[in-house]
Amino acid sequence: MIREFGAADIVYLIAAARWTVALALTAMVGGGLLGLVVAVFRVMPVRPVNWLAIGYINLIQGTPLLGQLFVFFFGLPLVGLSVDSWTAAALSLSIYASAFFGEIWRGSLQSISQRQWEAGAALGLTYRQRLFNVVLPQAVRISVAPTVGFLVQLVKNTSLTALIGFIELTRASQIISGATFAPLPVYLTAAAIYFVVCFSISQLSQMLEGRLRVAR
Amino acid sequence: MDYQFRFGALLRFTDEIVEGVLLTLQFSVVTMICGLIIGLLVAMASTGRVKALRVAARVYVESIRNTPLLVQLFIVFFGLPSIGIRLGANTAALIALSINMGAYGAEILRAGFESVRQSQVEAGRSLGLTVGQTFRHVVLYQAVKAIYPALASQFVLIMLATSVVSSIGATELFNKAAFIDSRTYLSFESYTLITLSYLVLTLGFRALFAAIYRLAFVRRAHR
Repeated sequence: MIREFGAADIVYLIAAARWTVALALTAMVGGGLLGLVVAVFRVMPVRPVNWLAIGYINLIQGTPLLGQLFVFFFGLPLVGLSVDSWTAAALSLSIYASAFFGEIWRGSLQSISQRQWEAGAALGLTYRQRLFNVVLPQAVRISVAPTVGFLVQLVKNTSLTALIGFIELTRASQIISGATFAPLPVYLTAAAIYFVVCFSISQLSQMLEGRLRVAR
Repeated sequence: MDYQFRFGALLRFTDEIVEGVLLTLQFSVVTMICGLIIGLLVAMASTGRVKALRVAARVYVESIRNTPLLVQLFIVFFGLPSIGIRLGANTAALIALSINMGAYGAEILRAGFESVRQSQVEAGRSLGLTVGQTFRHVVLYQAVKAIYPALASQFVLIMLATSVVSSIGATELFNKAAFIDSRTYLSFESYTLITLSYLVLTLGFRALFAAIYRLAFVRRAHR
């Protein structure tokens, strides 16, 4: 039965956006942890480990996320893992995010001048002290704004999981659109919800960029 | 795990994949050109004197950059027919991609023109160059050099993003994965093969763009 697009549908779309946010947060945590490993592998003074990290980053950044989603969606069952779309979505978005976080954090680490390490050594600090008390506090400051900025990409990219059948905001819009035959208002509403989430994160990123630049 | 991978069974689809690659490149190049034209107009509007245009440019850039391409695509393909604009899948895909690229292009171009200082223009003029010569040899050269890396990586991003338009049935490389899958029932192999085809394209174009950069900008600077 065809019905009108009404307030109840808007509430349903907002409710579906929870899954968009949940997926983005999962990918942020999962991708963050994995991204740390990627960044460390990328800067470690061991060549083969660097190559491994570079290969991983190229593989992820050089292929479409949509392809990665399908590969995981069809590939996980082959190795005997659960087939549900949430697992495939969460896993591939985490891996996708890890490649970008890895690069952002490597850049931040390497932007700290070698002299900071030397100065720390001259003052008699141990390697750990130099890393945790001198270099990391500065690198973290530099990385905050681009890290938050990447979250916008992450939230937008969760929309692709609709195509493997995960019900988040975009998939929910497809469902409502099918039921109401009102695609224009439905997709515009979905776009508006994405905008509210992403624009807030963009503004936060810009604010952090302005605030954290002071110390440099 | 006792699954036998059968990538060999996909070899007979080489022609399909080559066709897909060419279509994807077509989409990417046309999107890049249309997107840069839109981007140039928007960049001019956003740095111009008319406040209404500046605001409109800002709204356009922010609303495109803060919503997913997939939803923009659905608005163009599924939404516009309800106000009487019916588009084929490929046309809708090109329009959505170009509008999307326009917002990123505008930001890249604006940054490029802002990177050339006013004093460079004054220097050019005081050396006796005409306004046209100053623009061509001083402003344009430096602006293009400044935005070239961003444009090159944007091209690769667009190429990867075009995969999304397969969702409305536009014909390009990613669409071929579904096609091959439907003929062979080898879902994993089909999608893996197509996904890796993009990797080949990405690495190829990155190498090509790096070579062009060295030829066009690095040598000339040493002369």
